[in-house]
Amino acid sequence: MGVNKPIKVLWDIPREERFAPGHSMCQGCGAAITMRHLAKIMDKNTIIAMGTGCVEVTTTLFPRTSWRNPWIHLAFENTAAVASGVEAALKALSRKKIIDDSRRIKVVAIAGDGGTFDIGLQSLSGMLERRHNVMYVVYDNEAYMNTGIQRSSATPYGAWTTTTPIGTKLRGKPQPKKDIITIALAHGIPYIATANIAYPVDMVEKFRKAYEVDGPSLVHVYSPCTPGWRIRNEHTIEVARLAVQTGVWVQLEIIEGEPRVTIKVPRRKHVRHYLRIQGRFRHLTDSDIETIQKMVDEYVEKINKWVGEEAIGPVVE
Amino acid sequence: MEKTYKRDFSTWREVPIGGIIPWPGTTAEVETHAWRAYRPVINQDKCIRCRLCWVYCPDAAILEVDEEYTTPSGRKYNISYRVDLAHCKGCGICAYECPVKAIEMIPEER
Repeated sequence: MGVNKPIKVLWDIPREERFAPGHSMCQGCGAAITMRHLAKIMDKNTIIAMGTGCVEVTTTLFPRTSWRNPWIHLAFENTAAVASGVEAALKALSRKKIIDDSRRIKVVAIAGDGGTFDIGLQSLSGMLERRHNVMYVVYDNEAYMNTGIQRSSATPYGAWTTTTPIGTKLRGKPQPKKDIITIALAHGIPYIATANIAYPVDMVEKFRKAYEVDGPSLVHVYSPCTPGWRIRNEHTIEVARLAVQTGVWVQLEIIEGEPRVTIKVPRRKHVRHYLRIQGRFRHLTDSDIETIQKMVDEYVEKINKWVGEEAIGPVVE
Repeated sequence: MEKTYKRDFSTWREVPIGGIIPWPGTTAEVETHAWRAYRPVINQDKCIRCRLCWVYCPDAAILEVDEEYTTPSGRKYNISYRVDLAHCKGCGICAYECPVKAIEMIPEER
């Protein structure tokens, strides 16, 4: 079970569904696609620790569950803490010969951006620092979508949310997005990656690598939210793809501190293509868009300097 | 554990202790077809079996089946794609992402 060979093409993704349909996630939900593919690479013994968030409340409506693995419900703040505890308990049971020590049981912690960037940050930091053998997956829909689109520290600059409304004083979120990858990098963990649902082969391969690594790993997945971002249901993948093509989102893979861009974008699109498709950026004027373009340019320049090559090219069209 | 707890509990005393759910993958019983306003229809002759609709479906509602199919132009395929109409929520990602536009969203009539 699980996936033993590298995922190189679309046909390497296993057909077996380990994430049952019939959950109550929205039509065209990006997180549902993430969870489907994440469940595909997991072994049947894998223990899932799931923090509160959209996926948690929609997949486990009593008396039914979408998961086919041992699964534990957690609050926002203790996802990583409980995942560390489960991993430590497995280690202890293995040492006492209660479970066969040749059995490899991985712990996978899943949380949303609110449960990782804001509320769960201290327990995540503790888990990464103690080097627990846990794979941590963040599905980032850039706000607290489950409770009704409140801003989180993952919300990008200028985005509308219910707590950053559009008026004369405030025009969307005034602060930029928090950089969780750099925070994780500061802990010196073996594997960090950013993934995107529009590039499924790359995403599943990163899940697999993060799953196989011995030690803590973090995968940050970009998963669009149709009601929260005010996009059409069928545009989920389109928005995710545009995020990569405009340079707003960079597909990174950091193995032992060595960064690499997995999806290179030789000719980048202007950021307005990405912003104009989403209703949450509808209020932005042309000068606001130029401000965001400058922020993206700076970010891309930083990434290019960091990876030591021009992975993300100049703006065309 | 699945045998210990019966699924048709009538009082709270019969609910599994701790509110655990000992029945894995049971949301598959829930039919979410009523969410749908448009229904995807796959044109099997146009379909090139690229697997993109299957990969991008959030509800695993595109089924990949081992079923041989020969198009009128003589092209033979070993697999086919079917729509699981019980779980399809009608988001339209498959029709939008299809590279050959073989999937059409038609209005659902009830």
